[in-house]
Amino acid sequence: MPKPASSKLSEVLLRYESDILATWMQLQLSAVKHRGDLIKNSDLREQSARFLELVREGVQTGDPNVQSGAAWAATREMLESLSRSRAKLGFTPAETASFVYSLKAAIFERLREEMGSNPQALVTEIITASELLDVLGLLTMEMYQKGREGVIARQQQELMELSTPVVMLWDGVLALPLIGTLDSGRTQVVMENLLQRIVETGASIAILDITGVPTVDTLVAQHLLKAVSAARLMGADCIISGIRPQIAQTIVHLGVDLGNVTTKATLAEAFRVALNRTSRRIVDADFQASTTGA
Amino acid sequence: MTASQGEQLPIRTSEEVVVVRQAVRKWAVAAGFSIIDQTKVVTAASELARNTVVHAGGGTVLIEQITSGERRGLRLTFEDSGPGIPDIELALKDGYTTGNGLGLGLSGSKRLMNEFVITSTVGHGTKVVATKWK
Ligand SMILES: Nc1ncnc2c1ncn2[C@@H]1O[C@H](COP(=O)(O)OP(=O)(O)OP(=O)(O)O)[C@@H](O)[C@H]1O
Ligand SMILES: [Mg+2]
Repeated sequence: MPKPASSKLSEVLLRYESDILATWMQLQLSAVKHRGDLIKNSDLREQSARFLELVREGVQTGDPNVQSGAAWAATREMLESLSRSRAKLGFTPAETASFVYSLKAAIFERLREEMGSNPQALVTEIITASELLDVLGLLTMEMYQKGREGVIARQQQELMELSTPVVMLWDGVLALPLIGTLDSGRTQVVMENLLQRIVETGASIAILDITGVPTVDTLVAQHLLKAVSAARLMGADCIISGIRPQIAQTIVHLGVDLGNVTTKATLAEAFRVALNRTSRRIVDADFQASTTGA
Repeated sequence: MTASQGEQLPIRTSEEVVVVRQAVRKWAVAAGFSIIDQTKVVTAASELARNTVVHAGGGTVLIEQITSGERRGLRLTFEDSGPGIPDIELALKDGYTTGNGLGLGLSGSKRLMNEFVITSTVGHGTKVVATKWK
């Protein structure tokens, strides 16, 4: 068995674990950085107890290699899942790392009480504990960063894969509210869905609403143009809505020709056009419906 | 002309094209661009980033905030080590494509930006420097 690197620290952690935990909890709950809005006290207590236990075990082995030593593997793992979950919950990097750094004060206080009569030894122990927690704190920051990147990538994935239901706005009028980016293969599926619904419902007008599409570039334009011509083959005319002024200008500069497709700024305007067009054809039925008070 | 701040990003996948767009939008907002100019820069960046993925198999973009006297601007430098463009003039023609696109990405992004310089060596790669002034 390797000789404990710091027998006094190890001893204090073992003997006063519950006292240290109590002090640490108090410190965390009263800290400016405490996010009671993001984490329950009971969860924080559980995480704190677990982390302190792991630190105690790590210190007892005497392995100084916190970064990659086997004795610290469980501690690193715990910090990894903690920083990942905090990144997801919305903690900042500093708020996340303060979990580790705030333990310092609780341990120092205990060491001071134990070793107050021997300042020389006290300083040595404090430095040891401080270095240890600094490394663990830095690791937490790093892991947080990685977790954060994962969150961003996942959010984008979710955004792209958001299912886009085809809605029946009115008899014969379908709408496809596109939301997110059309860069993924998913777009193909969405467009095929639209064609399928046109066939099923016999709709004569389909509104492609791009209000929720942040950037309209040649790829998006190509998807739209393809959908328009395929819909036409199925007997439905398309209206593209959600063309904001900045999008209209950009499309013109790009040189994209939306041909003879009707475009509107909002879905509501497109719907009005669609109603006008369809009622022209089903004017009798409409008239009857309104006279019977429907 | 001086670059004050910047950020470099990899462009290897269509997901990363999305990331580039978001980063460029952030920089365009920070530079104080109008909504219309933000949209133009982001759209041009989207085209050039996708060309990097589709035609060159990946590369990088450097986004820089630049100043020249009183003027502020955003400079985008796309670099790849793909097959290169044999005839740049032809590639810049509306509708010219070697793939199955609309052939408007390159010419369109040139129109959306204020300065646009392509250098390319067949077999070595392509570099596009596109600048938008506020
Ligand atoms: N980074 C690059 N490396 C190699 N070739 C390129 C690169 N960028 C563009 N090209 C060539 O220039 C042509 C024109 O590019 P452009 O972006 O205008 O059209 P596209 O990408 O084919 O279609 P889209 O309209 O969807 O952008 C491409 O088809 C390709 O042959
Ligand atoms: Mg292109």
